[in-house]
Order: sequence, then C-alpha cells, then structure tokens
Amino acid sequence: MPRMTMIEAIRSAIDVSMERDDNVVVFGEDVGYFGGVFRCTQGLQRKYGRTRCFDTPISELGIVGAAIGMAAYGLRPCVEVQFADYVYPAYDQLVSEAARIRYRSNGQFTCPMVVRMPAGGGIFGGQTHSQSPEALFTHVCGLKVAVPSNPYDAKGLLIAAIEDPDPVIFLEPKRLYNGPFDGHHDRPVTPWSKHDLGEVPEGHFTVPLGSAAVRREGKDLTVLAYGTMVHVAQAAAEEVGIDAEIIDLRTLLPLDLEAIVASVKKTGRCVVVHEATLTSGFGAELAALVQEHCFFHLEAPIARVTGWDTPYPHAQEWDYFPGPKRVGEALLATMEA
Amino acid sequence: MSTSEYGPLSLHVPEPAVRPGDTPDFSNVVIPKAGSVARPPIDVDPREIRDLAFSIIRVLNREGEAVGPWAGTLSDEELNEGLRHMMTLRAFDARMLMAQRQGKTSFYMQHMGEEAVSCAFRKALAPGDMNFPTYRQAGLLIAGGYPIVDMMNQIYSNEADPLKGRQLPIMYSSKEHGFFSISGNLGTQFIQAVGWAMASAIKNDSKIAVGWIGDGSTAESDFHAALVFASTYRAPVVLNIVNNQWAISTFQGIARGGSGTFAARALGFGIPALRVDGNDYPAVHAVAMWAAQRARRNLGPTLIEHVTYRVGAHSTSDDPSAYRPKEETEAWPLGDPVIRLKNHLIRKGIWSEERHRQLEAEILETVIGAQKEAEKHGTLHSGGKPSVRDMFEGVYAEMPPHLRRQRQQAGV
Repeated sequence: MPRMTMIEAIRSAIDVSMERDDNVVVFGEDVGYFGGVFRCTQGLQRKYGRTRCFDTPISELGIVGAAIGMAAYGLRPCVEVQFADYVYPAYDQLVSEAARIRYRSNGQFTCPMVVRMPAGGGIFGGQTHSQSPEALFTHVCGLKVAVPSNPYDAKGLLIAAIEDPDPVIFLEPKRLYNGPFDGHHDRPVTPWSKHDLGEVPEGHFTVPLGSAAVRREGKDLTVLAYGTMVHVAQAAAEEVGIDAEIIDLRTLLPLDLEAIVASVKKTGRCVVVHEATLTSGFGAELAALVQEHCFFHLEAPIARVTGWDTPYPHAQEWDYFPGPKRVGEALLATMEA
Repeated sequence: MSTSEYGPLSLHVPEPAVRPGDTPDFSNVVIPKAGSVARPPIDVDPREIRDLAFSIIRVLNREGEAVGPWAGTLSDEELNEGLRHMMTLRAFDARMLMAQRQGKTSFYMQHMGEEAVSCAFRKALAPGDMNFPTYRQAGLLIAGGYPIVDMMNQIYSNEADPLKGRQLPIMYSSKEHGFFSISGNLGTQFIQAVGWAMASAIKNDSKIAVGWIGDGSTAESDFHAALVFASTYRAPVVLNIVNNQWAISTFQGIARGGSGTFAARALGFGIPALRVDGNDYPAVHAVAMWAAQRARRNLGPTLIEHVTYRVGAHSTSDDPSAYRPKEETEAWPLGDPVIRLKNHLIRKGIWSEERHRQLEAEILETVIGAQKEAEKHGTLHSGGKPSVRDMFEGVYAEMPPHLRRQRQQAGV
C-alpha cells in the first residue's frame, strides 16, 4: 500500500472525490495555481481546470458564503480556510446560515460542503497560526466536526465529509502534516512513511463520521483525545508506564459515545486532553457525558489536560502546549486519586 | 441543467498575464509621466477628482528630477533623512532575514521594494496620530524614531521583548510611536482606524488616524465596513492600500476583479481617492501630506493606493518562484525606491556614490550594533526569555481566579 504524508492523503482524498463527482469544487486563498500554502491542493487545478479548483479573494466570509450558495445549487464545495485562526470572518455564514439551512427550509435547501482548515499549534505560529477552535463549531447545531490524527483517517474522513449531506468542519492538525508529532519538540519526528497509519489506499474509501478508534488498548484508564494529542497521549502513557486505553475520537460531532462509555466503564478512570483552551472547551462536554453515562463506574475524578486559558503565545509555546509531561502527570494523578 | 438560447454559462476565473517560465509583462500597468497629474486643492469636491483614482501621482522622473505640482514638500535635509530611513529598513530586513535563517527567530517578513511607502508616509504625521499598520510598515517605526534594538527584541521574543514573547515576530506595538498593535489577521484593523478617528472627532481632538491594508486584503469585509463608516461620518482618517501586486501567490487581479484600480473602490463611497507611485519617496510624502491635511481640517477621509511591488517573498514561509517569474522583479516599471531617491539627491548635487557607500556602511554598523545588543538579551531558542508567568498576565486587567489556578498548576 502506498505511504502518504497527511498532506498527500488530504490531496488524494480531494482528487478521488473530484474524479468521482463533477460537483466537487475546491477553492480558497492560494489553493489554485500554487496549490495552497501547505500544498494540500497541489496539481488539482492543472488536472481539473480553473473552474473546479481556483484562487479566491482574501475573504473567508466570501469563501464560505459562496460555498453555501454553490451547495444550495447542488455542488459539493470543499473549501480551504488558510488557517483556522482566519475562519472568524466566516463565522456568521457558518453559524447563522450553513448550519441552519436544512432546518429552516425543511430540507428544500441543504448545505453539503466541507470547510477544511489547518489548526493547532506546535509550529511557533503565535496567536494567528496556532488556534484550536473546534468547540466554537461543536456548539453550533447543524455542523459536523472532524479532526484526523493520521494520514489514513485524514483521507477516509475527508472523503466521508465531502460525501456527507451536511456541512462539515474539517480541522487538520498542521503539526501532524508531516509526521506523528508526540509533543517532544526537541526530538526529530518520525515521518509518516515509517508509521503504520501512513499507509493509505490510493483509491476511494471512507472512515465514517462518528466512529472513534482505539489507538492503544489498556486497562488502567481511558484517555479521550483527538488530533495531535492522540500522539502526545501515547507518548505520555508509555513514559509514565500506565496501561492507558487511548481513544482517538476522530469526529467530535457526531461523537462515538458508545466507544467512550465502553472504555470508561472498563477502566473506571478518564483523562481528557486537547490543545484548545480549557474553559468551555470540548473537554467539558466529554467530561459531562462521561459522568452522565459512567458515574457509578468512575473511581477518580475526570481530569482535563488542555492549553491554558490565554491567547496562544509565541515565545512560551512549549509552556503552553499540553505536552507529554503534563499529560503524564495527569495520568499518574488520576491513577492515584 | 437547463438550456438557453444564449448557450451555456461559463465561470470567469482571472489569471495573471505571466507565470514562472514566461517573460514578465507589465504592459498593462499604465505609468503616467512624472509631474503630469494635477494637484487639486484639499477641499476639492471628490466628484471632481475621480480621474485621480485611475492615474498615478509621480514626482521623480527618469532623470532623477522632482517635477510637477506634487514636488517640493520636502527639504534637502528631509530627503536625506528619508534615504537614511529606507536604507536602515533595508539593512534591518537583511540582518533579520539572516537571523531567521540562522534559527534565531521563527518567522520574518521583509519590505524589499516597498520601503518608501511607510518611511515617507510617517513624515506626514504629527505626534499623537495613530497608525493601524499591517505587517509590512516597519518604516513607520524606523522613520518615527523607534529604537531598532526594541524591534529586534520583539523579533527574538527575548527577555527584553516589549511584548513579552506573546506575539509573532514583527507584529510590533508602540502606542508612544503611534503604532497600534498589529493583529496578524488580515484587514481587521482598517475599520478600527476609522473608529479611532471618529473618537478623535467626537472628543473635538486634533489627532488623525491612518489605516493600512494590502491589495489582497481589500477583499475582506472589514475594508468595506471601513469605507462606509469613514464616508458616513467623514472620519478624519487616511486609508492606505499598499498594492504590491501579490497576495502570497495570488495576483492582484483576484482581489481587484473588474474594478479598474483599488483606489476606485472609494468612489462609490464618495471618498476622494489618489493613486501614487509607491516607489517614489517624495510622491508618497506629498500625497500623504495632502490626505493628512484634509483629515486635520475636518474635510474627511481619503483613500490612497500605493502602487508598488513586493520584491521579496511574502514571508520566510514563502517561495515566490513557484508562482511568478523570477525576472518580474527586474521588469517592474517603477524601479527601486532607494535607488530612485539616491539618484534624485545626486542629481540635486547634494549626494554622491561615495557618500552613499559611506552611509550604507555606517547604517550596517548601526544595525549590527543593535543586533549584538538585542542578542545579549537572548534569541528565540537561546539566552534570556520572557517568563512563563508573563504568559498568564495581561489576558485581563485583573487575573480572574481560574487563570490564577492555572498559573499555580503550571508551577510558575
């Protein structure tokens, strides 16, 4: 099976989708001729022509609003917002429009579209290239939210998202584009070509939205993670010698509650980790669900390890980022609680 | 799909005239002769100067002479100083680019080719005026006398960084120097400049505001919001579009669309619009003075399009050879702002090649001196750093309990 980086897997997902369905169109800032600042759409304009893959003016509102109009016509836009940190001008279009068009028109109009955006930190990108805004979207009824942690899932989830009848926010952890970064910023990252999940089929396949994956089976406690933190949690569990069961949520909405509940009932302990800030983060939703469904199985309080409640700093990146040390400490504390 | 007697529809997607491998072609950029554009009185009815939105105000001609009605706003000393500022910015950029390549910082954005825009504009402002800059106007700081060692401290995110390591390199902030905190998000600050100017008017103050935006970012809604507010409330603001032809890989035609020029965007709002040769230091200064005077005399906003060219990469994360011909830089018809001002001063008989070389060496020495000084305070990955405590400060005026708990948890 071919090996792909996450960038190549995303490109392949879009390519496969454009090949299969003429209605799939791709646009965004720098995505046409240049192929995107992370090169996720490289070669697609050449292959499919300028009316199916093109550059847009710098207007995220314009990109998302136009995509909604196209989706209403019957196309399946898969658009790129250059960094998740730049999506806010499009927020009204997503919250008040994309998310509600099916509901308010009683299905006369729908919005089958994907908004891809690189998210997360770890690249010294400061406040404008590091944010993890997933909770701003999971809070909006009508949007789906996916966050892949590896090339295989990135491709399978993206194809599923493009084929989905509803709008999907697709957050790509940019620190994972080239390898499974585990938070050890002082060590080289293993390239995806040397990782099992860098094996990606060439053709069409999907990873259904709403299915989590168990990345590591364990009996001591359950770690709920997504994106970059899946790899950080794996490293942390190994380093502190805890037999953690690590669940990669893959999609936050719809959420695979069954997988979460089954695991926490088995282990009796739960640690939630995400890069995004703590207060009103997606971890709060996870903790609430776990206590609702597993309260009588819990042997320790549910712990959260997250980014601190500050804007994403530049110089203090590694003090901010919830790396393996902080995650490991939370695992130990949860075992001892 | 339905059919029509007119045949099928098709989508228009603009493309630049040339791409890598092609011969550069700027024949579509119409360059009026220096001195040929009229200089209207500042209380002119905007409807009478609509043509200025489609022309280019230029002062320096090919022979290095300053000609026409826009010439003569600067003394010899001021012109000399302008040259020094532009050369300082260029030397500063070169050193900081190198520092980024050496891993001393994470990121850098240079001004090559655009030095005249911010350096000359700054000289039209008065103490107390406020700029809302983008990431390519460091000339406002240099020409405003901000210490370059502080700029470097910010770039290095070191222990002396005035912004405590919180912001991406080059996203400076200096209230004292009339330089509003750069966001890094595009276009957001254009409307804030209008709001600041409205505040000055509400308080019957005398200060004016200056907004800055790139050609690409005029597509953001913030740009349009800025124009409508500025127009409605006749805000004392100068709104600058720096048209450097490229928004990363995207040529300016994508943001401009069918409109003849970016300056012409102002016409529908009844805002006077000027286009200026952004590589012509005296022309930028003259146009800035005109617009600033209008604002100061309560005559309302002015939109200026600075026509220039981004010679370097968008940032240290960009490689322009992937999307435009390498030779395009040489072919750019408005030349290099430093060389043009130098030639003008030589033509005036107040400068020479030898003095130019001396000044270059002197500036380099100053910049290297500042760099050594800054590096004593550390660089991004070595030496003195802002404290981790600083990361938790300043989110609110007073730290709320939850953040206090988190800081404690972080052990700092």
